[in-house]
Amino acid sequence: MDEEAGPVVRPFALTGGRARSSGDNLDLIAMVRSTGTPPHGDTTIGPEQRRILEIARSGASVADIASDVDLPLGVVRVLIGDLHDQGLIVVRPPVTVAPQPSERILKEVINGLRAL
Amino acid sequence: MAFAPSDEPVALKILVAGGFGVGKTTLVGAISEIRPLRTEEVLSDRSVGVDDIDGVEGKTTTTVAMDFGRITIREGLVVYLFGTPGQERFWFMWDELSYGALGAVVLADTRRLTDCFPSIDYFEQRGTPFIVAVNCFDGAERHEPDDVRVALDLDPEVPVLLCDVRRRASAKVVLVTLVEHALKTLTAAQR
Repeated sequence: MDEEAGPVVRPFALTGGRARSSGDNLDLIAMVRSTGTPPHGDTTIGPEQRRILEIARSGASVADIASDVDLPLGVVRVLIGDLHDQGLIVVRPPVTVAPQPSERILKEVINGLRAL
Repeated sequence: MAFAPSDEPVALKILVAGGFGVGKTTLVGAISEIRPLRTEEVLSDRSVGVDDIDGVEGKTTTTVAMDFGRITIREGLVVYLFGTPGQERFWFMWDELSYGALGAVVLADTRRLTDCFPSIDYFEQRGTPFIVAVNCFDGAERHEPDDVRVALDLDPEVPVLLCDVRRRASAKVVLVTLVEHALKTLTAAQR
């Protein structure tokens, strides 16, 4: 976490140079899930997006997806935003944002941590 | 962006903050599966012109490596641990990391107590529930939690505890203390 910055790369080549999309404000732990809808015939989705759809088949967080595809977060956000715009995935914000986590969930977490 | 209905898995975010080299990564690694994550840092004016940024439309970034931890409580309930970068030049990431966080662990080293002042100020201002965990390094003089509380000028309700971040059992107690504190804060706010 305190490591020096890595080398400068051009990660946004994968997004066609775009650094902005509807996925811009995606929280790191927002949950992404593939809808299972096949892409429209005329839309092209790249291998990275195909992988994201696969990873998100049973639901995955933005952080997990970025880690799995080994691409920078900003790039992954653009790719997820595009998939969302095409109706291929649904996204849910973290439970801590809206609504607040329930007492029940927190008690479950406490017990779960104790049992580790 | 439209959001899906709430029958999806639940994810909670806990932050681990503190000065450089205080043991944040060690704590996360002691209790969870560590996963690498690449993110971007906005280049300062000084590095623009040195680094080749042609073709990156309107955004000048370099990638920064960071880790996060993942604890699966049960299927559909996952706790994520994110370390907040210790160096000042990564402060831009704090707001993003803190958004929606359940709470934060501020790790302290009694030999460099001032290192955790910025974290404490930050979470106090944001109203994020936090605890202070004093990492007992080998060779460092041990201090009572109450002495640390006074030295850090903490509110009486903020839990302070001693820990050894290398030990899983100790890391567990730290996280349980934080979630209990967050729960207390939550129920107090609902009253």
